[in-house]
Amino acid sequence: MAILEVKGVNKRFGGLQALGNVNLSVQENTVHAIIGPNGAGKSTLLNCLVGKLIPDTGSVMFDGQSVLGRQPFEINQMGISRVFQTPEIFADLTVLENVMIPCFAKRDGAFRMHAIEMVASEKGIREQAEQMLEDVNMLSKLNEHAGSLSRGDKRRLEMAMCLVQEPRLLLLDEPTAGMARADTNNTIDLLKEIHDKRNITMAIIEHDMHVVFSLAQRITVLAQGTPLVEDTPENIKGHPKVREAYLGEAN
Amino acid sequence: MLGLNKKDALLFMIVALLVGIAPFLLNPFPEGSSLGQMFNAGYPDLMQRFVIFGILVIGFNILFGLTGYLSFGHAAFLGIGSYSAVWMFKLLGYNIVPAILLSVLVSGVFSLLIGFIALRRTGIYFSILTLAMAQMCFNLAYSVLGNPNSNFNLTNGETGLQVYGNDPQYLMSEGSREIPHLFGLAMRDSYQWEISGWLFTFNTGYYLSGIIMLVAFYLSIRIFRSPFGLMLRAIKSNKQRMNYTGLNARPYALAAFVISGMYAGLAGGLLSSMDPLAGAERMHWTASGEIVIMAILGGVGTLVGPILGSGFIEYFKNILSKINDSLLHQWLSWLPDGLEDGIVWVLHFFVGKGWQLTLGVLFMLVVIFLPGGLVEGGQRVGRLFRRKKGGADGASAKQPAE
Repeated sequence: MAILEVKGVNKRFGGLQALGNVNLSVQENTVHAIIGPNGAGKSTLLNCLVGKLIPDTGSVMFDGQSVLGRQPFEINQMGISRVFQTPEIFADLTVLENVMIPCFAKRDGAFRMHAIEMVASEKGIREQAEQMLEDVNMLSKLNEHAGSLSRGDKRRLEMAMCLVQEPRLLLLDEPTAGMARADTNNTIDLLKEIHDKRNITMAIIEHDMHVVFSLAQRITVLAQGTPLVEDTPENIKGHPKVREAYLGEAN
Repeated sequence: MLGLNKKDALLFMIVALLVGIAPFLLNPFPEGSSLGQMFNAGYPDLMQRFVIFGILVIGFNILFGLTGYLSFGHAAFLGIGSYSAVWMFKLLGYNIVPAILLSVLVSGVFSLLIGFIALRRTGIYFSILTLAMAQMCFNLAYSVLGNPNSNFNLTNGETGLQVYGNDPQYLMSEGSREIPHLFGLAMRDSYQWEISGWLFTFNTGYYLSGIIMLVAFYLSIRIFRSPFGLMLRAIKSNKQRMNYTGLNARPYALAAFVISGMYAGLAGGLLSSMDPLAGAERMHWTASGEIVIMAILGGVGTLVGPILGSGFIEYFKNILSKINDSLLHQWLSWLPDGLEDGIVWVLHFFVGKGWQLTLGVLFMLVVIFLPGGLVEGGQRVGRLFRRKKGGADGASAKQPAE
């Protein structure tokens, strides 16, 4: 069953056709990669999915409901979480607080005036956050300031913040950009583990073919704002059109 | 205790103790001695200002310290609170309970309106919007709504709003007091205790304001430690992440804005309760700037910072404006004449009417050398002591800025 259905999406920035008639469907419990050369419209597409941009035409359905015209926080409440290219975390807060905030968002919704309760007495939320941190091997850094973490740990923390909400769809925008090979491999392992353990559907935008081919079950190739092909990794590897548009340059 | 953790409870107890014994602390020198004339600050009006401005800045800190939204128009809410309170004195009578309730309510409504508009923008644009709207309030109070000859004279313009003999005062009965009071306890009443040259004044208005400040302080600690407070800190830290975490930042920021506006209104109502007179100058943008300075000087985003900052400024404002040239000559008489005159000539600009210059310099020094304000200064001193005592363990005692 398709959890995310993008149909006929167009987006223009002035004279530039960033997205031209994009169709995409992400099946439940798969890892779906979206690849393409720079300027292919990958990030624009992602921004259309999370409510940062509104497409000019077309529809984006998540689990049977349109996400168009909704604010990012509403779309998140529907069950879509996003990991950014550069980790977006609450740098001034501690690691534990960083993970507790999405727990509150999940439990209390987009806004609740809980000014008299104390964070310290929210045992359930705290346990949930600690469990999540344990799952990503960060429990020892509980009280550190998130801003002082290494880049790899920031990525890990951001992932934990998204996962603790138990999203139905996790969007990842180049999760390994700027990482060393060892860190990249760690991230791949982490993502694999997440997918296997939690059955979370993932849509992943990535430049690094190593990452794409070790994770993805479906791949969509974008070029100049239009999907070129959509197929399994095996077929994509040998596809002549893809080689021409993208892999040819990469090799 | 009171649902606070040990550290916060201790902090609260210390503040409560200081508020309780302030009449002694602020009058360390015998009455009438030259040092006493200079440095004693245990007068009712000054002590009242300490705690009332404490309330104001505690509220401001909930907005600025937690969410990072720098409001440059907070004095407007102070003024609105003051006017509301005086109107209650005029219409109902001198009991301060309705006055304070109305001032909190009205400033809450105003901050909801102003916050709703201003919070559409962030950063410098938010500050400018609040500044503009506060100046609009000031002008409305100073001229538009304050023409004594019109039928609709809300603020009485330059003269300031005050209670006149022909005001209705519907709830005034025979024998009720003609000055602001709390069920008969007049704010102006003081008990004076004279003991071998020392004179200590215990003022009703001060203690009432002090208790209200402690309540306000307690609530602010609760807000700091609540999930709501955590969300406000999240706004300051990363609004983008917050939005993508399924949280709507706008109502959180607006709630913080309204709460801090109500704190300011409460402070305004108390100011009028101590002295039933409200003037437009309380809403002037320089007054708003002073609030910002108090908060930064004390330590933004810390719990006690606002109290320290407002106390510090009010205290030195009082002392510096009392110093004059002849006093300076007296202090520096041990210097050679020419040098003495020279130094007095320079210092002249920094004392008396020039007290703002000194506070400006102090503010600059604090911002440059102690970006965390007086609280950071205190922490540094504390760490220094700990390092001397405990050696290695002092260095590892890294405290979050609370």
